Amino acid sequence: MWRYIVRRLLQTIPILFGVSILIFLFVRMIPGDPARLLAGPQATLEEIQAVREDLGLDKPPVTQYLDYFGKALTGNFGKSMRTRVPVTEEIGLRLMPTVSLAVVSMVIAIAIGLSAGILSAVKRNTWMDYLSMTGALAGVSLPSFWLALMLMYLLAVKWRLLPTFGYGSWRHFVMPAITLGVGAAAAIARFTRAAMLEVLSQDYIRTARAKGLPEPKVNLLHALKNALIPVVTITGLQFGFLLGGTVVVESVFAWPGLGRLLVDVVESRDYPVIQTLMLFFSLTFVVINLAVDVLYAVIDPRISYE
Amino acid sequence: MNRAELWKAVRPFVKRTPAVIGGLIVLLLVLVAIFGPNLAPNDPAKQFYDHMLEGPSRLYLLGTDHLGRDILSRLLHGARSSLMVALAGVLVGAALGIPLGLTAGWYGKWWDTAIMRVMDVLLAFPGILLAIGIIALLGPGLGNVMIAIAVFGIPQFARLVRGSTLQVKTLDYVQGAQAQGAGDFRILARHILPNVLVPIVVMTTLRTAQAILIASSLSFLGLGAVPPDPEWGAMLADGRAYIQTFPHIAIFPGLAIFLVVLGFNLLGDGLNDMLDPRLRRNM
Repeated sequence: MWRYIVRRLLQTIPILFGVSILIFLFVRMIPGDPARLLAGPQATLEEIQAVREDLGLDKPPVTQYLDYFGKALTGNFGKSMRTRVPVTEEIGLRLMPTVSLAVVSMVIAIAIGLSAGILSAVKRNTWMDYLSMTGALAGVSLPSFWLALMLMYLLAVKWRLLPTFGYGSWRHFVMPAITLGVGAAAAIARFTRAAMLEVLSQDYIRTARAKGLPEPKVNLLHALKNALIPVVTITGLQFGFLLGGTVVVESVFAWPGLGRLLVDVVESRDYPVIQTLMLFFSLTFVVINLAVDVLYAVIDPRISYE
Repeated sequence: MNRAELWKAVRPFVKRTPAVIGGLIVLLLVLVAIFGPNLAPNDPAKQFYDHMLEGPSRLYLLGTDHLGRDILSRLLHGARSSLMVALAGVLVGAALGIPLGLTAGWYGKWWDTAIMRVMDVLLAFPGILLAIGIIALLGPGLGNVMIAIAVFGIPQFARLVRGSTLQVKTLDYVQGAQAQGAGDFRILARHILPNVLVPIVVMTTLRTAQAILIASSLSFLGLGAVPPDPEWGAMLADGRAYIQTFPHIAIFPGLAIFLVVLGFNLLGDGLNDMLDPRLRRNM
């Protein structure tokens, strides 16, 4: 197992390296003169030259990359073009709202997805199964921005149960967290059902039933424990997609997080912040996937990863 | 006939209904994309100044928006751009990803490693983020959304096709063809590709569903279609400002996107069940 974990860790390094190269090339692929663009429309020639030197655009590409890499390692990602605030500071301010929203959504998604998936598999081919699988299919097909607006209209405008948008109390969390969690819940439900069905057809389940164990005990103790292992993987992946989803949901609900920041900076072409946000999101995604794979190795005693 | 027997008799049809419904929705969308502009009762850009922000009525079946434009006509006109962008993006992604996956699986070694590591890097940007990054680089517009969707799809197709190629590669008939002296191109095109076609078709259908969601999300965020283009996501963005007072502007474009995405998902799921022989057995 340890060998597997180490190998998996080593495999991550070239991906991180590739991501950093892609992000580095990003600003340099902007059509036209990046320095002119980064300096802003009113910049003087001296200012443009200063930006060029600051980015090292007059040096050979390999030197530029090593400079960028070195600065990134020390947490220096430059300054925002809009606010002139260091990028790390700007991102730091928005980090908590996004992390808390993502965690709450994921908890909702796991709770709903797991129970719907288990119910579906155990009550296979009954109306409960069809209902929850239809719901799950609707869930993966719903445009999140539309769901957000409909929730807003019903819960906030019409019935006045919740604040329309903004950030603060737990009441602000309800609609964004549901919107963000629905897609993940649907995916987890579909996957859990498939994994449960696979396990339920195994011999040891028949044995457990034959020796007279009560049905809930068979389903939850024997089947679920084994079905959960592949479910962990899809849950990790969904967490990554959820991070991507924050872009839309945070924009609709005026949530002061990283997703909304990304839309704002893409609109204003604030490249240092775009670059760092992309790096941040992909690093988080890669690290989560790594963590999930390691967890997989730890919880599954049957497979030897040699 | 008792209940169990009846169920047994109708079950194969009941099981296929979702796929048929999905297929019909997709067919309807294609027809609307082709003939929509002819069916539209009004010019999608025409502003009826004395009928602004009206709810559904006999005159304007789905109501009018903040500029007094007929929402139904805009939906019918927008179907084409919504479908075209998604489908073109997915097909371009497939056209680039499939050869990469085929050759990676077939040749293996450093070529495989090189391609798959690049794909891993592209896959390291979850969901819509890669698309947003590309838009940030190229600027907003439907053409760029299409490029973003294509790039997003390349690694997915490459990974899928590589996996299937690895499986098929060792089969006897492929080895036989090789022994007869067939060239690599011939083997890949004539013997391997047809055998990985089923997952590709399923994937294309499901990817199109996702691409429609991504394209409309981008337009909703103001990064895709530029107003006054009647793209569905952009129409929803218009409706957002009036959600408190005139929700119908946002309801109908969203419902259209939802139905179309659902259609592609139903069709993709159904095709998967129907074409996968392993699953067909337990149906």
